[in-house]
Amino acid sequence: MSTVVRDQSQELQKQLISGYFDSLSTANEDGKKVVYTFVPGNLTELIRAFDLLPVLPEINALQYGMRQKTGQFILDAEKAGHSEDVCTYVKADLGMIRAGNIGPTGKKLPKPDLLLLSYTGCYTFMKWFELLREEYQCPVVMLHVPYQGDGKISPAHRDYVVQQLKEKLIPALEELSGKKLDEDRLKEMLKLSAMAEDDLVAVFQSAKAKPSPIDAWFGGVYYIGPMFTAFRGTQAGVDYYKLLRAEVEERIRLGKGPITPEGDMNQERFRLVAEGPPNWTSFREFWKMFYDEGATVVASTYTKVGGTYDFGFRHDYTRPLETLAEYCGECYTNRNVPTRIDMLVKYVEEYEADGFIINSVKSCNSFSAGQLLILREVERRTGRPGAFIESDLVDPRYFSAANIKNRLESYLQMIEARRAGGHVSGLEVSP
Amino acid sequence: MNRAEIVAWAEANYLDLEFTAARRWLAEEPGRKAVGFLPVYAPAEIIHAAGMLPVGIHGGGDRIDIIRGDAYYQSYICHLPRSVVELAVTGRLDFLTGALFPSTCDVIRNLSGMWKVMYPEKYSRYVDLPQDFAKGVGGDFWTHELRELVHDMGELRGSPITEDELRKGIGDWNRRRALVRKLYAKRRDEPHNVPTDELYQLLRAGEIVPFEEFMTMAQAYLDVCDKDGRRPRDNARVIVIGAFCEQPPLGLIRTIERAGCYIVDDDFLIGNRFLTREVDCSGDAVRALAETFLNHTVANPIVYERDADGKKKLVGERLRAARAEGAIFSAPSFCDPALLDRPMLQAGAAREGISFISFKYAENTGQFQQFREQAGTFSDAIKLWGNV
Ligand code: SF4
Ligand code: SF4
Repeated sequence: MSTVVRDQSQELQKQLISGYFDSLSTANEDGKKVVYTFVPGNLTELIRAFDLLPVLPEINALQYGMRQKTGQFILDAEKAGHSEDVCTYVKADLGMIRAGNIGPTGKKLPKPDLLLLSYTGCYTFMKWFELLREEYQCPVVMLHVPYQGDGKISPAHRDYVVQQLKEKLIPALEELSGKKLDEDRLKEMLKLSAMAEDDLVAVFQSAKAKPSPIDAWFGGVYYIGPMFTAFRGTQAGVDYYKLLRAEVEERIRLGKGPITPEGDMNQERFRLVAEGPPNWTSFREFWKMFYDEGATVVASTYTKVGGTYDFGFRHDYTRPLETLAEYCGECYTNRNVPTRIDMLVKYVEEYEADGFIINSVKSCNSFSAGQLLILREVERRTGRPGAFIESDLVDPRYFSAANIKNRLESYLQMIEARRAGGHVSGLEVSP
Repeated sequence: MNRAEIVAWAEANYLDLEFTAARRWLAEEPGRKAVGFLPVYAPAEIIHAAGMLPVGIHGGGDRIDIIRGDAYYQSYICHLPRSVVELAVTGRLDFLTGALFPSTCDVIRNLSGMWKVMYPEKYSRYVDLPQDFAKGVGGDFWTHELRELVHDMGELRGSPITEDELRKGIGDWNRRRALVRKLYAKRRDEPHNVPTDELYQLLRAGEIVPFEEFMTMAQAYLDVCDKDGRRPRDNARVIVIGAFCEQPPLGLIRTIERAGCYIVDDDFLIGNRFLTREVDCSGDAVRALAETFLNHTVANPIVYERDADGKKKLVGERLRAARAEGAIFSAPSFCDPALLDRPMLQAGAAREGISFISFKYAENTGQFQQFREQAGTFSDAIKLWGNV
């Protein structure tokens, strides 16, 4: 019985995502206009309210990475003059465009009619869309979302974003779609968003159970898929999260661990918190390293890049533009280092983790700059050891499997030694 | 004062990682305070308006061994923040009461938070520059941010900053900017009289010494350049693009010049020239400072480029303005802003048939052979073939 239930949500997730890519491949024929934007600060409801289709270049790069196709794209971009030092998502995207702009599912991707530069939590976004503007010769709307330098979104910052929505973005979307904003429709969508968000948070928080019924990093990537791509604010999204939640609750009732590509995780030997994104090009191999050790990730920060919901934020349909502005500011990488540390400390404590692992990706200064301090601070405040691994998102040259596996094993052995009363300190791992 | 004396003064300040000039100024009167700011652009005039000393924090270059800074940064992050941290953890920045971290890139952005963790007792502020340029939107936002900064600087010094003080402070910075522009124009017109290594050290000194001292020395330098004319050489005129944050080692600047290039425009210490015109201080000075930013800054990768063809046009525009014959793209390793911008700029240069070369450096690069060869060949080619 549980197998059937489990398969349902996975199946539905797959259907949603592939249906989404299908809709992109026929967007031109269907007369649909396309808005490229980023996962952090994605304004899916607003885009959808105009019947426009969102495309998220990071998702394309990620999906291609999982299919081990990004290595060549990156090399091609570097050959064309892009520095080896910069974010590989950008280079994977540019390489993909040069290779004909075929999406990760093998179907054509439509060109953007508008680039919505949601400038939230990452400097590279600005350059990425300046570069894409040159490729596509299409308009760009810059939506500047102030950073949480003081660890909060001030009313002035929220108002600034709202002003930009009113004066720049909405008029641009109206012009593109030929429609006026239907605020009631937007509100309906935001209601649906909040419903799905409730269920997503319940899924994440299920990991407080022992054993955790989910893996909140590797598995979490699948759970956030619909929410972070194009299904926030849709009934399909609500249905997916409801089903997922029911399955997860059932797993708790049955005392089951997470589903992994290797099968159910039967014995939870280690509970870990993860900071930073996983690696995509060796995603399964990476996950298996954890599986082999009985290590479950019970909370992760990466799954908050497209919105941090577990500290209470929900889209509030009664204040549609304000809530969208607040949402943009709440995304994980828009939070300052002290807030990130607080979050990790909370996760370690509330999810009763044995320790935490930082996967520091070469591509991403937004995540990586400061992580060594984060490592020390979280260790200091929780008294639990951290491990530091270096890899990359979609550049296979920076994933050294043997080294990472070796170090992960040593780290987990240290945790065991600590359980037995031995001395433990953190561990740094480099490729 | 003669040239040698001024240059010696500038060099001494450039080399001094103990910030003696700033410390001396602080010691002269009880209650004085200094506030640091990181690259690229911070409204230093507000610190100045509060009667405090603005101090540019540009890392330690090749003049400091990184002993503890590396424990804060992975190998694939640029060098600047680790030497800033090294300065901090070795107590060299203890004299600062606070620090401003502008929205230059994610490294400096995250450093702002690290600072809060490392120095919770010190004032620090992330300065988010506007990326929307409409008066009533980005203009309001930036005005609000500046007013908060004015408020904070007032608190830091112990009493609110008055409107008159603001007008005077911003007015002083207008004069400073004008003088720096004059120096740059002088170098553009007579690069043989204004070698970049001298100009650079002068400006570096200006980042840490009191306002009047810099103004006096900079004016004196301008005067000696007028008087003590040197003979022009048959050098290639080049602009150096991309070194706006982590600063190149002085040896690199000298290498470019000794290889037969006159640097006639650059991005070094660009914060000094970020605003391209004077701020009108006759009315609401803070508002005027904010609005000047909206439409009168240099084109730089830390600010969103509104013109779709702007990146492509930029190198040609700068080249013509400086009457240069070629461009050197010189960026710090792992510098997202410079390196992500570079292909767009290069495409524009190629479109206009502009000659260019490119390299990367770190602030502590010590070997210049490769740069010497590259720049030498480049200058020879320009001299031989012109800008082809
Ligand atoms: S720098 Fe980081 S956050 Fe930005 S696009 Fe690259 S991976 Fe994403
Ligand atoms: S050198 Fe570049 S990446 Fe490094 S801090 Fe400066 S702007 Fe950021």
